[in-house]
Amino acid sequence: MSDLLELDGVSRRFGGLLAVDNVSFRLKGEGITALVGPNGAGKTTCFNLIAGAFPPTQGSIRFRGKLISGFPAENICRLGIGRTFQVVRPMRDMTVIENAMVGAFSWTRKVSEARDAAREALDLVGLGPKADAAISKLTLPDRKMLETAKALSTRPRLLLLDEVMAGLRPPEAAAVVAVLRRLAEKGLSILLVEHVMRIVMEAAEHVIVLHHGAKIAEGTPQYIVSHPEVIAGYLGEGFRA
Amino acid sequence: MQKKRDALPDRGAVLASLAAFSVLSGLGGVLNPYLISLLTIVFLFTFIGQSWSIMLGLGGQLSIGHALFVGIGAYSVAVLNIRYGLSPWFGLVVGMALAATVGAALAWLSFRFEVRGIYFALLTIAAAEFARVVLSGWEFVGAMQGLFFPAQSGPNSLWMLRGDARFYYFVALAAVFLGISVTALIRQSFLGYVWRAMRDDEEASRALGVRTFLHKIVIVSFSGAWAAVGGGLLALVQGSVFPDSIMGMGISVDILVGPVVGGLGTAFGPLVGTLITLPLDHLASAIGNKFGIPGLNNVAYGFALIAAVWLLPDGIVPVMVNLAKSVTRFSWFGYLQMEQVKK
Amino acid sequence: MLILWGNVLVSGILMGLVYGMIALGLTIIFGVIRIVNFAHGAMVVLGLYVGYFAGAWWGIPTIVAAVSAGALLFVFGHSLETSVVKRFVTRPHHIQFILFIGISLVLSGAQLIAFGPDPRPSISHLSFETIALGPIRLDLARLQAAIVAAVMILALAGFLKYSTFGRFIRAAADNRLGGLMVGLPIPKIYAITFGIGAACAGVAGALISPLFDAQPFLAVDFTLLAFVTVIVGGLGSFVGALVGGLTIGLTEAVAALLFAPSLKSALSYGLLMIVLIARPRGFFGAKET
Repeated sequence: MSDLLELDGVSRRFGGLLAVDNVSFRLKGEGITALVGPNGAGKTTCFNLIAGAFPPTQGSIRFRGKLISGFPAENICRLGIGRTFQVVRPMRDMTVIENAMVGAFSWTRKVSEARDAAREALDLVGLGPKADAAISKLTLPDRKMLETAKALSTRPRLLLLDEVMAGLRPPEAAAVVAVLRRLAEKGLSILLVEHVMRIVMEAAEHVIVLHHGAKIAEGTPQYIVSHPEVIAGYLGEGFRA
Repeated sequence: MQKKRDALPDRGAVLASLAAFSVLSGLGGVLNPYLISLLTIVFLFTFIGQSWSIMLGLGGQLSIGHALFVGIGAYSVAVLNIRYGLSPWFGLVVGMALAATVGAALAWLSFRFEVRGIYFALLTIAAAEFARVVLSGWEFVGAMQGLFFPAQSGPNSLWMLRGDARFYYFVALAAVFLGISVTALIRQSFLGYVWRAMRDDEEASRALGVRTFLHKIVIVSFSGAWAAVGGGLLALVQGSVFPDSIMGMGISVDILVGPVVGGLGTAFGPLVGTLITLPLDHLASAIGNKFGIPGLNNVAYGFALIAAVWLLPDGIVPVMVNLAKSVTRFSWFGYLQMEQVKK
Repeated sequence: MLILWGNVLVSGILMGLVYGMIALGLTIIFGVIRIVNFAHGAMVVLGLYVGYFAGAWWGIPTIVAAVSAGALLFVFGHSLETSVVKRFVTRPHHIQFILFIGISLVLSGAQLIAFGPDPRPSISHLSFETIALGPIRLDLARLQAAIVAAVMILALAGFLKYSTFGRFIRAAADNRLGGLMVGLPIPKIYAITFGIGAACAGVAGALISPLFDAQPFLAVDFTLLAFVTVIVGGLGSFVGALVGGLTIGLTEAVAALLFAPSLKSALSYGLLMIVLIARPRGFFGAKET
């Protein structure tokens, strides 16, 4: 069987800057994979390429064997890739549950079905009790979770999470990791962009390291932290496993 | 963008609609001819304002050239009726189809290059002016001399949409409540959710699978078709069509002033706003005429518009609802709201 | 035939410079404050009246009247910005639109009250004089308007490019938030920019007073003319406003020659439609809205 997601020699150039440089990797059908690297390593750009925010300059992206590079974002979502934004982007004039319902309308036109799906997604991330609240009443961790719930309500096969745990306190982050584990067990494949190495070690089964836009290492968390190039380029002296 | 959630609870809105509908129907029986014809125009502009309001309030697309669609509807009805003797119903259908096509084409042309916001708004007014200039020079549709419907004779006819002032009063009133119902239905359907999401954050809604390009074309096209119906009715009520009076920039302005002053995105905003602004405009003209000072009406109406957007940033309806809430906190109205929360 | 075409083209270019100046006022306000001044036409007409009365009552030459109209409209625009417009800078477009429609109505209504509805035909001797430049005859009023407009445009360009405050204005146009962060005096920049925009309208209005009869109802026509010009050139672009003005000036002149003078605006709108289909942001339009 082919892999869920295949990146093959993907590059993206912004003017003179090569933000993503010839990156290739594959994702299996389930489990949690982390995309790590220092600031400006091209993680978010890589994400945006997969999610179709803009097309790659070179290379190809396949999802379930189908070529998707260059597709607009909405089509990619409809094929089964859900994403969150690093800077949260709730619809400010809609309630929490209405926000989560929007994603469900990618696969249904029935409002009641969308409402059920949205409630399910909100319950999963622990926002169930705040379903009818206005966005302005949400804390930052709540908003991060709403991003995840919105993406989940599109019923994705692959979930792209962009730093959903940044800015969370350790117990909150641990709760999120537990949620992600549960989702992964249900057969969802998750690709995380994450900064905090400790969370990555805890959550991910597979880690891909980017540096200056290029992939420098890939493997289990244990393998990654012992990889000399990773230590030199990213983890540096400061890292304590 | 401001808050655009409907301020009234659903049941309250339904009750309020029924109450308003009965009051206005009753008035139709007793008012004097001047007020009847004034209110008829108010209702038609409300109906057209609703089409404008749904495009901006729900879909986030600003048009300042809605007279384009009004004119298409008006001329479709006028030409088919006057030149070919067809029932205005045909004209309304043809006008809707034409306006929907023109709206879709305009939207496609601009959104395809990511032209949006104020650029798109300027395109709408440019398109309206272009159409007005073309009609002004087109002999077949009367050019600058316009087209006149034959004088009304015989009994009221729903089939030919011809009748006396009271007949049009009720036609226009029915249109307003059709408009309120359609707006409410769309709001509660998946389109309402998807369009509001698109209005709040286009890129984020695309990431949630919303085909924004398609939806934007649909909403402009839909709003255009709706406005064309209003234009067709307006032509019948006025008994004539001229390029300037049906497609001019003044019409585009009149269309959007009511909904904004009333409260954008609220169910009753277009009606409440137009009920205030249009008679105010007429009053200003009357005062100007009385004192024999042309221009006084423009100054008065201009100041009224400035005051409205200055003092009532969210429009009148939200203010009224808050007032009603504070007055009736413990009465039936408050009870309705508690019910709403429990559900 | 060739001479006729030469005359038409030259006259189109001359008018185009004045149109460019009107559009420049609109575009500079939009470029910096991100507001579309829908009362622009009413401001042009204000300048037109200044030009008319200066000539008719006191026999003041059009050039002097134009400078006075510019100063007057600058003060007017500046105080309008600081008293009213600044409160609406961050409001949605449709609210701004109604605000400026209101302002436009007040201006036009005031003109109507003060000067009446009748057109005031110019009595400037320039209206009828021409000079010969080789085989081409130049309408003196047009020539004068175009030259003054060109000088003013150059002066404005120089001010924006070389003066300190001009640099502030350009910086604010590039990036409002960034401008605030580096401590640019944004309120002052906005007020002066609005003043400059209004002054452009006033100067242009006074300059064409020998060519157009002053009349309050012209406001809408001038507003639409300015829109068409900036859309063709690209909203927010200095060069775009000039290119747009020249394009519209030439189009109108050719239309008047080939078809009927009454069809000149139809052809302008036709041109606009073609531009929209090919380049909806205009010749020099910015990428972001």
